[in-house]
Amino acid sequence: MAEEKKDITPEQKAVLKAEFDKDGRKELRKAIPLKERMKLGRQKMPERPPEVRNRDFGEVNQGLDAEAAMAEARRCWDCANPQCVAGCPVGIDIPSFVKLIEQGKFLEAAWKLKETNSLPAICGRVCPQETQCEEICTVKKSTGVPVAIGNLERFAADFERGTGNIVIPPLPPSTGRKAAIIGAGPAGLTVAGDLAKLGHRVTIFEALHISGGVLVYGIPEFRLPKAILKAEVDYLRKLGVEIKTSFVVGKTATIDDLRQEGYEVFFIGSGAGLPNFMKIPGENLVGVYSANEYLTRVNLMKAYDFPNYDTPVFPSKCAAVIGGGNVAMDSVRTSKRLGADRSIIIYRRSRHEMPARTEEIHHAEEEGIEFHFLTTPIRYMGDDQGRLRAMECLRMELGEPDSSGRRKPVPVPGSEFITEVDLVVVAIGQSPNPLIPQTTPGLKMGKWGNIDVDWKTMATNLEGVYAGGDIIRGGATVILAMGDGRIAAMEIDKYLRKKPPS
Amino acid sequence: MAKILDRRRLVPNLHLIEVHAPEVAKKSRPGQFVIIMPDERGERIPLSIADWDPEKGSVTSVFLLVGTSTHKLSLLKPGDEVPVYVGPLGKPSEIENFGTVLLAAGCFGIGAIYPLARALKKAGNRVLTIIDVKANYLLYWEDKLKAVSDRVFISARDFALESKDYVPAKIEEVARAETKIDRVVAIGCTYLMYRCSEATKPLGIKTIVSLNPVMVDGTGMCGACRCTAGGQTKFACVDGPDFDGHQLDWDELFKRRKSYFDDEIRSLCYWERTNFP
Repeated sequence: MAEEKKDITPEQKAVLKAEFDKDGRKELRKAIPLKERMKLGRQKMPERPPEVRNRDFGEVNQGLDAEAAMAEARRCWDCANPQCVAGCPVGIDIPSFVKLIEQGKFLEAAWKLKETNSLPAICGRVCPQETQCEEICTVKKSTGVPVAIGNLERFAADFERGTGNIVIPPLPPSTGRKAAIIGAGPAGLTVAGDLAKLGHRVTIFEALHISGGVLVYGIPEFRLPKAILKAEVDYLRKLGVEIKTSFVVGKTATIDDLRQEGYEVFFIGSGAGLPNFMKIPGENLVGVYSANEYLTRVNLMKAYDFPNYDTPVFPSKCAAVIGGGNVAMDSVRTSKRLGADRSIIIYRRSRHEMPARTEEIHHAEEEGIEFHFLTTPIRYMGDDQGRLRAMECLRMELGEPDSSGRRKPVPVPGSEFITEVDLVVVAIGQSPNPLIPQTTPGLKMGKWGNIDVDWKTMATNLEGVYAGGDIIRGGATVILAMGDGRIAAMEIDKYLRKKPPS
Repeated sequence: MAKILDRRRLVPNLHLIEVHAPEVAKKSRPGQFVIIMPDERGERIPLSIADWDPEKGSVTSVFLLVGTSTHKLSLLKPGDEVPVYVGPLGKPSEIENFGTVLLAAGCFGIGAIYPLARALKKAGNRVLTIIDVKANYLLYWEDKLKAVSDRVFISARDFALESKDYVPAKIEEVARAETKIDRVVAIGCTYLMYRCSEATKPLGIKTIVSLNPVMVDGTGMCGACRCTAGGQTKFACVDGPDFDGHQLDWDELFKRRKSYFDDEIRSLCYWERTNFP
């Protein structure tokens, strides 16, 4: 796996320095002394009350208002050696956009973000900033509380969208070179946006009927309203990106077929397809869902509005979600919203090892989600109709650290117990989608069914074919997929400029 | 958006739908399916491909009226559009010269088995086709199947068709009459495929069935269509839809097929109430 934190490149450093030295920035630094800035407390993100929001699918976080955003931006010291940028997989010029917000130049802040990130309203909501930019923020080192970079990103993007006037940057003349992007998820959308801004002709092929990949089928409305996703996808369309939905590369056409049609370069961002199961008895009972299916029914197919929408989803009295990641949090909070009396997380390690974002865990707790740590299911039991009615679990304890560095859970003998549940969602990860590997002869694969790439360039072993996101990582985050996309776009541009048009 | 070229009732409860989808038509192979969504609020449902024409750019399916989605489809007229028509999905059926192949089809499967019969015939097989219908007025595509089969048999619970057998009995009868049957393929409702597999098991004839479980995305992402074959969990949309009928956990399949029975009725009642007050 690639390093998640990259060093700042010399070019990036030069840009940051030039911005840092601008007159406006100097004055701003002088306006409030560091000592004063250090005293400022972090602005709290307004949230809807837990007992209200856990009954509907409206967004939980309400966003900072202008005053709060400016106050938060003032907390940033504008340090000479900003660490935060190194923590951002897409390399956003964080100090510049934050300082524009401090000055009340909200639109300019949004444009600054969009220079490096085509999807700021999404990243501002779903990125794990606390383990990236905010983790290494200089303010955090000194005061313990980082600047709320994510909340500010969201604010700037929302402000621009709120004006109803989304500005399209000046585009270079078209190069006429055709790039095919496979999958309209975070990786593919990023590549598409970057290549379009460089003047290339970009077509995205998307298997589902709505663009967004995991952003549309996976992440629930209460964390990422679909209207916001749609606005960011529309922005890409305005940049000239063509999106062909309901087109399954590998089935409707192969990469070789598309090559024949004049596409010169490919980016595979087809994501993590196959949901993993635990291979324990009863997993195919009615009432046991993969997280992918559960969330797809609710988010993509809008089963929460059944029968206004035709796709159903099982409601439950007691829902158990297996896993401790963000997908598990999304699933368990969804089950609560669909009316479960009890919604439970079953996680085999302890709270400390949970991979989910702290904010999501915290929100889940507020909403009345129960957490059962050091527990794992070993069997599901059904009635004579094959419907789930109970699960048998086993208690675990933590042993020696495993290859991931986390302490390995080991079963406690004789600790089996049975709990009544009528819905189980298995959220223990997924494997890369096999459709493209299966239909692209010669494509080099890794041992987990992932596509093998050169991590510096995102190039596969096939000429002109690049890949990124979960199809190479197996199951990661939106922003890491976008980081891959950004590298791939730069490399694709270099490749096209070197290669004579075919 | 995909345009409807034709939609008509073939026999009571079974409709034909022909859709303009040139990319799908170019790639279709026997045994594959498409996912269709009748309107923006509809479900994504799988339909077996019953025929295609790459020159016309069209793909044809036969479907049974079941729930809201299929009722919506049954009201489409030529020129209407559906928001989602994606495919061809699933692995194509195995086509080679097996020798003598016995096909058994019922319901929408009478349409779905047609391209398979055509391809098997072309590959040099002796193709025997059993069409299973409840009554004579439910029979369709007999001529089409006759044109690509060496013999066509009808099994029906109807004296007008000189037959009162269910298809497993017919399979046994044909198997007795023939010197050797190398393979059986059954397509239709789950019960028909199950009974055919049961009938051929003691005869030791390899039997392939084309599953039609509940699906959502149809590309291997959601796992709604999982079934157990040979003791392993498989996804019908990417590992199938064809499976060895003797390897399947049929009990599980029947139960999973019925998962949404109540919701289906609720949805249909709601749709009727809101559209035909």
